[in-house]
Amino acid sequence: MSNQSATITEAPKTAQLPRTSIVTLTVNGEQRSLRIAPWTTLLDALREYLDLTGTKKGCDHGQCGACTVLVDGKRINACLALAVMVDDREITTIEGLTKEGSATPDGLHPMQAAFIEHDAFQCGYCTPGQICSAVGLLKEGHAHSREDIQELMSGNICRCGAYPNIVDAIEDVKNHQPDRA
Amino acid sequence: MNPFTYSRAGDLDEAVREISDNDRAKFIAGGTNLVDLMKANVMHPTHLVDITRLGLSAIEETEEGGLRLGSLVTNAETAYHPQVAERYPLLANAILAGASPQLRNMATNGGNLLQRTRCYYFYDTATPCNKREPGSGCSALNGHNRIHAILGTSEHCIATHPSDMCVALAALEAVVRVTNRYGERAIPFADFHRLPGDTPHIDANLEPDEIITAVELPPRGFSQHFKYLKIRDRASYAFALVSVAVGLEMEGDTIREARLALGGVAHKPWRNLEAEALLVGNPANRETFKRAADRIVADARGYGSNSFKIELARRAVVRALNEAAK
Ligand SMILES: Cc1cc2nc3c(=O)[nH]c(=O)nc-3n(C[C@H](O)[C@H](O)[C@H](O)COP(=O)(O)OP(=O)(O)OC[C@H]3O[C@@H](n4cnc5c(N)ncnc54)[C@H](O)[C@@H]3O)c2cc1C
Ligand code: SF4
Ligand code: FES
Ligand code: FES
Repeated sequence: MSNQSATITEAPKTAQLPRTSIVTLTVNGEQRSLRIAPWTTLLDALREYLDLTGTKKGCDHGQCGACTVLVDGKRINACLALAVMVDDREITTIEGLTKEGSATPDGLHPMQAAFIEHDAFQCGYCTPGQICSAVGLLKEGHAHSREDIQELMSGNICRCGAYPNIVDAIEDVKNHQPDRA
Repeated sequence: MNPFTYSRAGDLDEAVREISDNDRAKFIAGGTNLVDLMKANVMHPTHLVDITRLGLSAIEETEEGGLRLGSLVTNAETAYHPQVAERYPLLANAILAGASPQLRNMATNGGNLLQRTRCYYFYDTATPCNKREPGSGCSALNGHNRIHAILGTSEHCIATHPSDMCVALAALEAVVRVTNRYGERAIPFADFHRLPGDTPHIDANLEPDEIITAVELPPRGFSQHFKYLKIRDRASYAFALVSVAVGLEMEGDTIREARLALGGVAHKPWRNLEAEALLVGNPANRETFKRAADRIVADARGYGSNSFKIELARRAVVRALNEAAK
């Protein structure tokens, strides 16, 4: 080490780059600042940094819908979104759904209550994604029949096969509480 | 994912400058394909330029009476836009046949054009693949190739382009608008994607430092007689094994004009102008449809597991034409 030449070997370029930055996310109406690397997905930011573990990681590749959240009211797959890219958007997770609209006396979103009433799950792993997706679906307003609901819920896989009851729950909210969906 | 830096471009000039200055930078739009491929370690850009705030997010009429679809408009917004739904239902149906509602809310029109193949070996970094690693070989040629191409293949690659939207855009003869450091250019849709040849690592005729700004639809939308038929392993949320986009203009029972494009069968949306010519001026019946379908598959070649696609494509073309002519 004593015999160093004047030329200094630099670390590879990527190693010099700042790895993290402070990003402020608006999640369920609250502003939360976190120091993250740009490759942190919104899903990992929610689960690992903000302790919002209601949103699930199934496949991590956009194939199952377990990570569905609402961004500016639209349902997306949080596993394929980079957290740095949504810093100025409104993010709603299963934990904040009741803030989206009116809650039932139990403090639930009508879609959550309908899932319970219709027994629309078994293990429950896909359920937060199913519920957020269903809320997004009703907001979009393109489902006019049971078949439409089935097609427009195809982005949410249920390994337990609770599909008929899931569709029942969504139909119920759609037909009976349209103003609360 | 490999480490990378991130910047958000404020305008088109900045986006083009940032991409031109760094040959390992990539644009990111919806991220649904790029982030997936980065997680799979198939793509490893060292810098991402976020182009979602460039304002290329409008759908507007063109001077010629067509429609300009901004490259950053999402697939969902495009498909449900009243003008698209009414004047270009073929495109709306093709988009809605692809991916899932969540993905369509994220995916952009520009990103859809540049999505990469779903070839299993392209995703599996432990196997040779000329598209991922030029010169390493093609594992699909003698491997599992059920989802692979039957038309326009080469000994170097038999991958397909997986987009549904692009099949409709090919049939509609859309034009891709592009900006680079020197200005703008327009690429006819038929020239946008490439056949694999001996450069399968290049999917499209777009330079790495060029940005897609819009996709323009000509006035003619074939909204009276059209069909997007997608055949896949399950009823929803699966890529096409074979898909067919048809647009016809009819005069009574006679076909006056015909557009026909196939998806899931080649490295680009597949058109066969001779087959289209065989339809024009002829009565819309099974015999006419079969003649066109036979012409298309006459050039097809199977590689084992995907050989079933030849007959499937033939029948899908006949069925799609039949339904479009009604
Ligand atoms: C589970 C799953 C199922 C799917 N199923 C289907 C299906 O059935 N049918 C179908 O058609 N698609 C399907 N898709 C693919 C989906 O449609 C594409 O991933 C999406 O359209 C890509 O758009 P994006 O904006 O997210 O692109 P990104 O991932 O952001 O970008 C993709 C590429 O395009 C480049 N790029 C993006 N915008 C521009 C621009 N304006 N100018 C220049 N370069 C640009 C990026 O640099 C990147 O290389 C599926 C995807 C998933 C994950
Ligand atoms: S078909 Fe193309 S993408 Fe698939 S392994 Fe062969 S070279 Fe790679
Ligand atoms: S975890 Fe995001 S879609 Fe499966
Ligand atoms: S309830 Fe178990 S995966 Fe849906």
